[in-house]
Amino acid sequence: MQDIIIIGAGVTGCAIARELSRYDLDVCVIEKSSDVCEGTSKANSGIVHAGYDAKPGSLKAKLNVRGNEMMEQLSKELDFPFKRNGSMVLCFDEKDKGQLERLLDQGRQNGVKDLRIITGDEARKIEPGLSDEVCFALYAPTGGIVCPFNLTIALAENAAVNGVKFHLGTKVTDVLKEDGGYLVKTSKGDFKSRIVVNASGVYAAKIHNLVSDEKINIVPRKGEYCLFDKMVGGLVSSTIFQLPTKYGKGVLVTPTVHGNLLVGPNAVDIDDFEGVNTTAEGLSDILKRGGLSVKQLPTRQIITSFAGLRAHEDKGDFVIGEANDAPGFFDAAGIESPGLSCAPAIGEYLADMIVAKYPAKKKENFVSKRKGIPSMALASPEEKKKLIEENPLYANVVCRCELVTEGEIVDSIKRPLGATTLDGVKRRTRAGMGRCQAGFCSPKTVEILARELGVDEAEITKNDRGSEFILGDIKDV
Amino acid sequence: MEKDLVIIGGGPAGLAAAIAAKEAGVSNLLILERDNKLGGILNQCIHNGFGLHTFKEELTGPEYAARFIDKALKLEIPYKLETMVIDISRDGDFKMVSYMNREEGLVTVKAKAVILCMGCRERSRGALNIPGYRPAGIYTAGTAQRYVNIEGRMPGKEVVILGSGDIGLIMARRMTFEGAKVKLVAELMPYSGGLKRNIAQCLKDFDIPLLLSHTVVDIKGKERVEAVVIAKVDENSKPIPGTEEEIKCDTLLLSCGLIPENELSGGLGVGMNRVTGGPLVNESLETDIEGVFACGNVLHVHDLVDYVSEESAQAGKKAAEYLGVNEEKDSCDKERCAIKETGGKSDDKDTEKADHFIKINAVDGVRYTVPSVIRLSHMEDRQTVRFRVGAVYKKAAIQVLAGDKEIMNLKKAALAPGEMEQVILQKSVLESIPDLEEVTIRVKTD
Amino acid sequence: METKEFTCIRCPLGCNVVATLEDGRIVSITGNTCPRGAEYVTNELTDPRRIVTSLVKVTGGAHPVVSVKTASDIPKGKIFDCLAALRSVELVAPVRIGDVVLADVCGTGVDIVATSNVQ
Repeated sequence: MQDIIIIGAGVTGCAIARELSRYDLDVCVIEKSSDVCEGTSKANSGIVHAGYDAKPGSLKAKLNVRGNEMMEQLSKELDFPFKRNGSMVLCFDEKDKGQLERLLDQGRQNGVKDLRIITGDEARKIEPGLSDEVCFALYAPTGGIVCPFNLTIALAENAAVNGVKFHLGTKVTDVLKEDGGYLVKTSKGDFKSRIVVNASGVYAAKIHNLVSDEKINIVPRKGEYCLFDKMVGGLVSSTIFQLPTKYGKGVLVTPTVHGNLLVGPNAVDIDDFEGVNTTAEGLSDILKRGGLSVKQLPTRQIITSFAGLRAHEDKGDFVIGEANDAPGFFDAAGIESPGLSCAPAIGEYLADMIVAKYPAKKKENFVSKRKGIPSMALASPEEKKKLIEENPLYANVVCRCELVTEGEIVDSIKRPLGATTLDGVKRRTRAGMGRCQAGFCSPKTVEILARELGVDEAEITKNDRGSEFILGDIKDV
Repeated sequence: MEKDLVIIGGGPAGLAAAIAAKEAGVSNLLILERDNKLGGILNQCIHNGFGLHTFKEELTGPEYAARFIDKALKLEIPYKLETMVIDISRDGDFKMVSYMNREEGLVTVKAKAVILCMGCRERSRGALNIPGYRPAGIYTAGTAQRYVNIEGRMPGKEVVILGSGDIGLIMARRMTFEGAKVKLVAELMPYSGGLKRNIAQCLKDFDIPLLLSHTVVDIKGKERVEAVVIAKVDENSKPIPGTEEEIKCDTLLLSCGLIPENELSGGLGVGMNRVTGGPLVNESLETDIEGVFACGNVLHVHDLVDYVSEESAQAGKKAAEYLGVNEEKDSCDKERCAIKETGGKSDDKDTEKADHFIKINAVDGVRYTVPSVIRLSHMEDRQTVRFRVGAVYKKAAIQVLAGDKEIMNLKKAALAPGEMEQVILQKSVLESIPDLEEVTIRVKTD
Repeated sequence: METKEFTCIRCPLGCNVVATLEDGRIVSITGNTCPRGAEYVTNELTDPRRIVTSLVKVTGGAHPVVSVKTASDIPKGKIFDCLAALRSVELVAPVRIGDVVLADVCGTGVDIVATSNVQ
């Protein structure tokens, strides 16, 4: 019997796992995908919101402001990229200034620091690329950007180092109440646990409704994005939101923490819980809407597009806490935007809630720090030389666009919860994230993965089973 | 380490440039190559059709490469393999080339001259912004070619190819030879960007349909490609609703254009031509930075490797001249600035003849020219000017004007964007026209 | 009477050439701009030939495969027989450019030779 099973290894599940790993508890995470960070956590804006968006008093408001505060310290502890680049909400019509004022007021009630409204000219002084149509902006210096992959992976690795077991490629098929806990049925056998934490993203309502009569409902709300070459990553330095415009709800234009430019998302409710396909209409729509914010959107510099699903719960707020009619079953459900910003705070909040009800001792030997994979692209010439001296594989460039070496790729495979797939390597090292989108490096990365994992190249996948790259040798097709 | 000449890339361009430089007397030179052998992309181009111009016989890619590699070895040209250049910067007149490899770690070479020979890369699915899922099974044609021809692995069994570039056409035949079923090739444009020979011998020979004015509008399959949806496009290349057709396949190959690989050039601050995606160069194939030359596909995408070799030999020869004539640098500097700041227009009428240079205008269907400026003092007796046209023309002419005067009118039965064109300018003709500032190359139709 | 269409590949013009046949005999060739078009189509109809390039397995070398070609063109109809014959060939490194990999492939009188080196 486990103490705690967490269902879902997205950023929320991993943040909860890491917080619980501070305690003397037997915790495991069950995840249907072959890696952590495979759902909503991998396809979002990568934004750490300031916290003025959510209604005062809501869980979203409270956890956003707290999560924003925690992020900087956490990024140092766990060594993932985070930058407080500030954000703006643009207003294109003087008549709409009242909406900015309402956001300002809401933000202040939520406890967001340093919020203010600035004129269009002041905004363009900070961001020269902004459209001349901008007449006012809400400016939030506390807004930030984070690498959603490395945040999730760092939380997971640190949890694993502190004793949390991860069962990847394991799909939960049923959850049943039992004496003293729950029976969790999976594609890889049964697990028993005193406590179950439901952090299963768009599937969280399905899991919740297995054990509770107080039903919740989650709709996958698709958001599509276009990612631009680093060459144009400097178009804006802050994250640029919009008030609703003539084309509908605003979309954002932001630098990513790695220096690309990101535009999106739209919001379309869909039925397919795995429907992460982009559409021609969606992509052209976000480009049209995002284009309003800046003088010119360099659409020729798009290097990829993608879509993610937000877990939108009908009532519009997060559902966090123990189910009334299912003791020991804790939800972290309906975690849509600003879920990424909130994740560290959700982990803290839910872990506190669990140990308040089911007391546990804090570990004495908790390891709070985690060291990420050294990045050759970011290293100074001296640091590069030092890394190569320690390991000559750091001199062998595999991904030329992002300057990722064999040393980094091998590290990403060998470390705790190491990569086993091409996407896993990509999210840990950025190999294949650049302008050629893995055309050059994927054969080499596949080769390194096969070598390090001791399997044939034909077994290497992009992500889940079925996504193999190679379908056989020549001459035997 | 100090070198007179560093050549970045050991493919067809780098090899030909190095050989020519060495033959012209540059002995302190070095080729830096990122792969584990010389020859570049030719090593994976195992089909025939290379070298008809250069060797008057039809060779395969590896054989064509081997001729140049053998010559480079015979000339004892030094080279380093599995070596990636990560930065080029300037230090006074020197170019600081930083590279990495396992044996030496991070090294910076001080070079008097550099020839950029980095080649090009393929346009990816992301750059094409094709909607749909993002499963495994979407490859650029060149990546698939590498899997098959270098590693002996099959990246797919039922294949749709988007884009009728030559690599895509070649891969249609190659995959067919290895037992895969190539269902069709879809081409966005109303004409193919590939060579006629390849359409006949790679598609028609095997009854593979080529659908012009078609594109892929959706990709299906969550883990591996399961199908693609193709549709007809209108004259603005927009998909026509109602013409969609789903084609079952496990693989989508992309052959939709090549992009010169100029990240290093950009970092160095070389002035770029927006049409080609390559550096702006003068008659010596020298960029607007003194002592930095460019040739091959990093300069502009070629159709035949023979022309890459020819052009690169010119760059190697001119780099050697540059290294030998360093003392004339001051006058050259002025001209180089002129390329950048005035786009080639001389605003100093009093300069001597040695400083005289001529801008080449590409107009009326001619998309660009390489070079884009000629210094008469450095011009050879015959100067090849290469270019591509922007559309398909039948029964047209290439007209060359020196100032307002027609100096050439070459009848062409056909012109197509897929095939590179060239004219050869005579120095004596240009010299005979007083105060010549501009040469114009255009397509003339009836 | 039967007609067959060709795109001439002898020059960039790419003439659409139509050949009319009767009992397999060429009756007329139209659509070509120059005599090379007629010559091309006649060859394609009477004795189409191709150079075939492919790969052969190699053991004991730095690469698992080596590229090969027919030393000269072979009848187009024999392409797949030739490829089938190559499937069972397995070489041992080293292989040099020009090495005969398979002599007189499928009775064509043409040898298959290596086009790259495997050490």
